[in-house]
Amino acid sequence: MAEPLLSLRGVQTNIGRYHILHGVEFDVAEGGLTMLLGRNGAGKTTTLRTIMGMWRAAAGEIRFDGRDITHLATPDIARLGIAYVPESMAIFADLTVQENLVLAARSGPPDQKRLDWIFARFEALKRFWTLPAGHLSGGQKQMLAVARAIIEPRRLLLIDEPTKGLAPAIIANMIDAFRELKDGESTLLVVEQNFAFARQLGDTVAVMDDGRVAHQGSMAAFAADSALQQHLLGLGMDTHQ
Amino acid sequence: MLRSILSDDLPKSRWLALALVAILVGLAVAPFLFPGAKSLNVAAKICVFIVLAASFDLLLGYTGIVSFAHTMFFGIGAYGVAISLTRMGAGWDAVAVGVVAGLVVAIVLATVIGLFSLRVRTIFFAMITLAVASAFAILASQLSDLTGGEDGLNYRLPAALRASFSFGDTLFGVRLNGRLLDYYLVYAASLALILVLLRIVNSPFGSVLMAIRENPFRAEAIGYRTVVYRTIASCIAAATAALAGALLALWSSQTNPDTTLSFDIMVDILLMVVIGGMGTMYGAVIGAVLLVFAQNYLQDLLAIANKALAGVPLLANLFHPDRWLLWLGVAFILCVYFFPAGIVGRLRQKR
Amino acid sequence: MKRDWLPLLLIPALMIGALPLIGSPASWVTLTVAGLAMGLMIFIMASGLTLTFGLMDVLNFGHGAFIAVGAFVAASVMLALAPWMTADSIWLNLAAIGPAVLAAMVVSGVLGLGFERIIVRPVYGQHLKQILVTTGGLIVAEQLLKVIWGPDQITLSRPTALRGAFLFGDVAIEKYRVLAVVVGLVVFAALALTLNRTRLGLLIRAGVENGEMVEALGYRIRRLFVGVFVVGSALAGLGGAMWGLYQETVTAAIGAQVAVLVFIVIIIGGLGSVGGCFVGALLVGLTANYIGFLAPKVALGSNILLMAMVLLWRPQGLYPVAKR
Repeated sequence: MAEPLLSLRGVQTNIGRYHILHGVEFDVAEGGLTMLLGRNGAGKTTTLRTIMGMWRAAAGEIRFDGRDITHLATPDIARLGIAYVPESMAIFADLTVQENLVLAARSGPPDQKRLDWIFARFEALKRFWTLPAGHLSGGQKQMLAVARAIIEPRRLLLIDEPTKGLAPAIIANMIDAFRELKDGESTLLVVEQNFAFARQLGDTVAVMDDGRVAHQGSMAAFAADSALQQHLLGLGMDTHQ
Repeated sequence: MLRSILSDDLPKSRWLALALVAILVGLAVAPFLFPGAKSLNVAAKICVFIVLAASFDLLLGYTGIVSFAHTMFFGIGAYGVAISLTRMGAGWDAVAVGVVAGLVVAIVLATVIGLFSLRVRTIFFAMITLAVASAFAILASQLSDLTGGEDGLNYRLPAALRASFSFGDTLFGVRLNGRLLDYYLVYAASLALILVLLRIVNSPFGSVLMAIRENPFRAEAIGYRTVVYRTIASCIAAATAALAGALLALWSSQTNPDTTLSFDIMVDILLMVVIGGMGTMYGAVIGAVLLVFAQNYLQDLLAIANKALAGVPLLANLFHPDRWLLWLGVAFILCVYFFPAGIVGRLRQKR
Repeated sequence: MKRDWLPLLLIPALMIGALPLIGSPASWVTLTVAGLAMGLMIFIMASGLTLTFGLMDVLNFGHGAFIAVGAFVAASVMLALAPWMTADSIWLNLAAIGPAVLAAMVVSGVLGLGFERIIVRPVYGQHLKQILVTTGGLIVAEQLLKVIWGPDQITLSRPTALRGAFLFGDVAIEKYRVLAVVVGLVVFAALALTLNRTRLGLLIRAGVENGEMVEALGYRIRRLFVGVFVVGSALAGLGGAMWGLYQETVTAAIGAQVAVLVFIVIIIGGLGSVGGCFVGALLVGLTANYIGFLAPKVALGSNILLMAMVLLWRPQGLYPVAKR
């Protein structure tokens, strides 16, 4: 079996005095989309931030593409080809939509074909191209945050709750975009609360509980096992929204 | 008994206890041990600065806020007494009016500044106090009708505090005059103020302050209005500083911007508290003694080094007697990095 | 694009409001130019400070040290080139001022590099220690200035070409103030262009808003910060040199004195905002000069009053910076 693109072994993270991750272990295989699920407070966001080096792992090892990135600085981790969309979106409100994307494209001016591809899915970004991003609506900010992560090809996308606050039509566009990305150039690790969305997109699933990964497997098997869902998420998949 | 006087906040180090006792006793017998106007002056200054530094520690060490306006309150207290003694004549009524007026102005000003800027961040408060204090100093030197301008005020003290007042012959060869009385007034008042401050920081109020210092958000979440607590702390500190200023005015019969309002004094207080040990109260005592001594004796030491290096151009300047602040500044920085609890913290560790 | 013009309108409003109070248009023009010159010099000194605060949440209470160093270095160079300063040729004058200012900026900048490394870096994220340590840095720097240049003030006279005033009827405008205004505007334009038109500026603006996200996009913000710190220190040196020539004396305390004005300006402007710093500096300069004419005794108190009024109107300053 080929080495996974991303693997976490025994990762522990503290935030201040609080011990949040108690030894997270899971793999993300190259290509495809892994859903990271779990109840609120299970440690999903902390896991993504720890991978990005925004919070330091106190113990354990994180490997990306065969190399130990546990102790790398955030910018160096990003430069290996990992993009991150935080739950807070963290768009730059004083910068225009254009400036946000120009900044995200590290290797030069954004590629026009790529831009057109993004505009086709997130039309609002084209419309408000020169508007300060702070004036966008919540959903538009979310589109911008995702667009920023995919403005250039990246090997791994870490995305925290991309569907939060989005209208159904835009969620459909988001699903299209993620499908194309995972079938093509990128591997995706997505934290999600919206189960319908998770089920449609996920190839594999990792479920966190109390700072650990309690279950990892294929999405199809997980979707079929409602007892397991009940146990890990507290709710059946179909009722969880 | 001792425990209750010290509000249960014991030195917790043999050496520290020894030093404190030495300071307490040394200052008590200073007029007899080191007779002479100059040494008495040093002793009185030490008393006043102990109070001033300790009240600053209430802010810096216990509440975790940096104020650059502490000398402003010190000056307000001093000028309160000085102005009333100048205007109303040398009576105790004038002293009372001056002290009360100084306290009121200090507390009102501290409340306004606090409510204005303490809800925001440490840095904001530090900047605003710096700006206000420097404006105040300039204002004081501009309003020369009231304050005597740059030269300050010279005034007569109440008769009982003058050298000409005598209440007996001599004791151990020291004349029992008004200056002696004045010194013990300063000494007793300073001691009382320190004990009050000790009581405050060891009260439930003091614990809330420290909780806010450690984690303001958490304290707020538990239900303490951090702005209110910080503002009250800053008022207490301001009032105590004003009292220290009043003591200085009562001691020296002259008050001017250089000795009460200048940024140099502010720097001295910072050095005292940080080198002595933030958040310990006793640190302010040790720091004040150390700094006043350094001002008087580090210079002599430097003069020796200076002489030895007379031929070397830049190096000799480095050890010029007037550069004592340079060395204390370096000590200050090292303290902040390596000994955040200052001398007192070191002594307590060794216990 | 929406922009917030209201604070900007304060400047002409203040100018027009002062006219009837001052009465004589000739004095008004003189005071206004003086106010603009003073404001722009303060802006030059304050811009770096507000940016480093925005970018790394570091407020350097020792910023005044760079101002003082700039003034001393420039004074030394100008005194060494005294014959050119007093020569009756504007070109020789400039040949003395140019190297002096350049030296001031280089020395302040290099000092900034060292200051960042030794004083500031160990205390990132700890505000209390930051204030204490940078204040300590100021104390030590001020003493070192006295070690190197001696404890006495240095008297400095302006070069021949910059003495005196331009006369238009009964309106007198000091030549040096015109130069100060020009240099201040050039610095402002250069900063504004860099911030708004270059990728570097984009990075700085984004970093002021959310440094963590800039890092997640793959940029090393620490390096950017050191760069801004050094440029800010160099600008403080430039401002210090100009201030020294303006006052025609240089003392070790110059840094601490001007730093107070600098702090007031960046509080008024909104911590982290260069535009706000510009508006705040002009307001402070104008107010100081108008009040200095109308009621000289309360001139410095007027800045505090101005600050209080601005904060009552906008508690975060004129242009609050959007923060994470």
